[in-house]
Formats: sequence, structure tokens, C-alpha cells
Amino acid sequence: MQEDRGRLLAALIRRTGDFALAEDCLQDALESALVHWARDGVPGSPRGWLLRTAQRKAIDRFRRAKRFEQKQDQYAQLLAINAEADEQPPEDSDIPDERLRLIFTCCHPALAEKTRVALTLRALGGLTTRQIASAFVDQEPAMAQRLVRARQKIDKAGIPYELPDRAQWPARLNSVLEVVYLIFNEGYVASSGEVALRTDLCVEAIRLARLLDQLQPEEPEIEGLLALLLLTRARFGGRSEHRFIPLSEQDRGTWDPTQIREGRALVARALDRRRAGPYQIQAAISALHAEAVSHESTDWSQIVLLYETLQGFTSNPVIALNRAVALSYAEGPALGLQALLPLAQALSGYRGYHAAEADLRRRLGQEEAARQAYERAIAAKGNAVDRAFLQERLATLGQP
Amino acid sequence: MKYMAMIYTAPEDSPAIGTPEWEQLIGAYQAAEARFDADGVHYQGEALQDGVTATTIRVRDGKVSAMDGPFAVTKEELGGFYLFDVENLDEAIRCAAMIPSAAVGSIEIRPVVEFDS
Repeated sequence: MQEDRGRLLAALIRRTGDFALAEDCLQDALESALVHWARDGVPGSPRGWLLRTAQRKAIDRFRRAKRFEQKQDQYAQLLAINAEADEQPPEDSDIPDERLRLIFTCCHPALAEKTRVALTLRALGGLTTRQIASAFVDQEPAMAQRLVRARQKIDKAGIPYELPDRAQWPARLNSVLEVVYLIFNEGYVASSGEVALRTDLCVEAIRLARLLDQLQPEEPEIEGLLALLLLTRARFGGRSEHRFIPLSEQDRGTWDPTQIREGRALVARALDRRRAGPYQIQAAISALHAEAVSHESTDWSQIVLLYETLQGFTSNPVIALNRAVALSYAEGPALGLQALLPLAQALSGYRGYHAAEADLRRRLGQEEAARQAYERAIAAKGNAVDRAFLQERLATLGQP
Repeated sequence: MKYMAMIYTAPEDSPAIGTPEWEQLIGAYQAAEARFDADGVHYQGEALQDGVTATTIRVRDGKVSAMDGPFAVTKEELGGFYLFDVENLDEAIRCAAMIPSAAVGSIEIRPVVEFDS
């Protein structure tokens, strides 16, 4: 039903030219279905039935609408489609798949980031407003209000229901990928909220990435993102909800080989297209971790090189931090620390920086400096699980 | 649809009239308008005198009160506008991005309300 809802909504927006109207009519049609199908049985083509019913509701609403004049074109189009449908009810396969347009519209950069995420989950994930609100630790009315405003903006500001042209494609695609990645991270980081639902967000993000790959095949960054999500998800088994377990101590036997296999194949396919991008590179790094049998046998030199390539795409200092850590495993902690220290200013408020410095100094036997870095890391902003891990490390400092 | 593109810049980022930098900016605006023409975009636009010339008025109980200065004092002030008549927001964004001041200040794009006639 999730799949169907997104697909029907996308087709309805195309036909009515009105995001809010399409959602309302689809909702009406779903409610009618409950009554009619219970009485007369499920029709042969449920999707076709829903689409036709929603179209009729749209025609009714158009007739009643105040701004009828402005919507004449869509009204005429709807009447024509509906007349056709009366002769031959649409088969499921006749409904054109417009979901790619819908994704690009929901992820339009003229909408706020959080709005894009919520709108995408609502329109294509088929999550209820309550579920979305709870996933983002928001009150339901506030989230409902956000979604209403988003639909109004799409309509009134004239955000087009079109795929971007070639010139805008890379930036717009990036905005879409970012939304899917944010949804995944919301589930992955699990900083607050209901744990179970948050894992659902990861599943939802993977489903959306798969859908994108299916709607727009051979796009290497989409393949890269899907691979990255699968490879990250594959290693969930090594983590714990209550305790932070560093990569070096994770039980690699708990990693999911099926998802790792699929993720690796996707990275390889994407990189073969010779249009590298940040998601493909992150996926390649993740693949190197996933395929290593142990922390020690990981190809750290290759990971260092990949982080350097990634730095060419983004100026985020956290990438440089990750590179320094990888370097410490490839070339030793002294070189790692040397690469890390210049980032002190840019990352002074970032817990990950202080934790990395503490770990490198511990490995170098600089006990006092390590202690101070652990204390800075513990004082920095972040969740309680990470803090507990750092406190544990601090307590065992200097012990063999 | 019609979109108003409001051009906001900080006065210190705007070159003084008659300087070579000003000539250059005017040239860039002319080039942008040549591109609007070439693309068949319908537009109007004006530049405004700077914020110190602004007068803000209110009518309360039938009495007009005038005040010196812009409605809201901000670092970036409204310096001019374009009115684009284009298909959708993507087109409006594309046109607004060609406004030279977008490189130093910011452009707010707002759809114009079209009242039923």
C-alpha cells in the first residue's frame, strides 16, 4: 500500500496540477474504498479504482473552488481523462509512474531541509503525520502545520512539478540524496525518540534509495548512496543500543553478508561509470571496512586515499578528522596525531575531535595529555551512550 | 506567474556612483538584462536610492505620520527589484541568480498575488 500511495499521489498531482488538492482527494478516495470494498468486495484493479475515484473527487472540488478560472486547463484535462476512464477503467499498469517528479518536488531546495524530509516521508514513504512527528521528536500539530505550509508554498510559490533540466540536475539530485541520507541518519544515530521507529527510518531510507535507483537507473551517485546505506545497515548487528562499541571491538560475525554483498556490487558498478561523487566514495570506504576480516587487516592506506579524494568534494573538516584516524592505523599514531592537531580550532566544539585526540595520545603513551583530551570530549555536546564509553576509557587509562 | 525579485545588499558592498567599480556593476546589470532579453523573459526592474533616503509612513486615525528611514533597519537593505513574468519558481530562481548583486548580497523571490478579476 505504501508503494501504491506514492504512485497514486504522484499521478494525481500530475493530473490536477495541485499538490494539496491531490492529497486531499486521495485521502477521500481511500476513505470511500473502506466503505465500498467492504460492501462490494475489492475491485479487479484496486489502484485504478482509487485513481478514478480520486479524480472524480478532484472534479467536484474544482467545481466548488473559488479560483476555478485559474485551474481551467487542469479541469478540462481531468474531465477528458475521466471520460476515457469511464469507458475503460484503468488497469494498474496503465497508471504512469510519476514518482520521480514527486520526489524532486518534495526535495526542492526552496523548502527547508526538515520540511523536505517530512514531505518526502509523508508523500512517498506513506508514513502518517504522527509517525513522522514522533521520529523527529516533534509535536504532531507542529508537524501537521509544517506539512500544510509546505503544500501551500509548493502551490503558491509555483514550485514546478517537473524534473529539473540538465543544468540544474546535479544540484537538485544532490538535494534529493541528502534528504534520503538524513532520513537514514535520523534512524541510525538514534539520539532520542522511540528506538524501534527509528530503525524503521533506516528501512524507509533504503526503500527510497532503491526506488530512486529503479526510477533513474545508471545514476552513479544514487547507486553510491544505496550502497552506502546497505553497507552501513549491514553492520548494525555489531552495534548496541545501550553501549558504544568501537569498530575495532565489534564482532564482525554479526555483520550481514547479504547486504554487504549487494552494497559492494553496487559500489563497483557505480565506480565503473567513471563519474565519481561523494556518496560513491563514502560507500567505497564503507565497503573496505565491511570486507575486512579484522580491524588490523583493513586496507587503511586505501581508506586514507579515499578520504583525500572525498576532501576534493567537500570542505567539511570532519572528513580530515576521519582521514587522520585512518592514517594512524595505516602509518602509526604519531603521523595520525600530526594530521589531527591542525584541525583543533575548526573542530574545537566537536566531541569526535577530542575523542580521537584522546585515543591517539593514549596509543602514544601520552597519558596526561590523553586524560585532558578525554575530559574535553566528555564535556562536549553529545549523547549519553558516547559519554559513558569515554568515561569508561578514561577510567581505564594507564591500565594494561 | 509573476515573481518579484528583491535585491538586498549591504551599503558598504555597493560601489559609489561614478567609480570604475560602479561602471563595472552597471555593465554586469546590462549583461544580465541582455540575457533576459535573449531568453525571452518578460521583466521590469528598477534600482532604488539608498536606505538613508527612505521615508516610512503610517496612517493612524486618519493622521499621516512620516518617519525618516526604512521600515526595518538591517545590515542589508532593499536596493532594487526585478519583476519577472515566468513559468514557475525554477525559472524565477534561474533569472534571479543572474542578477549581479546576488554574488554579494541576497535576492528574495516572492510570487505576486494574482487576484481574481
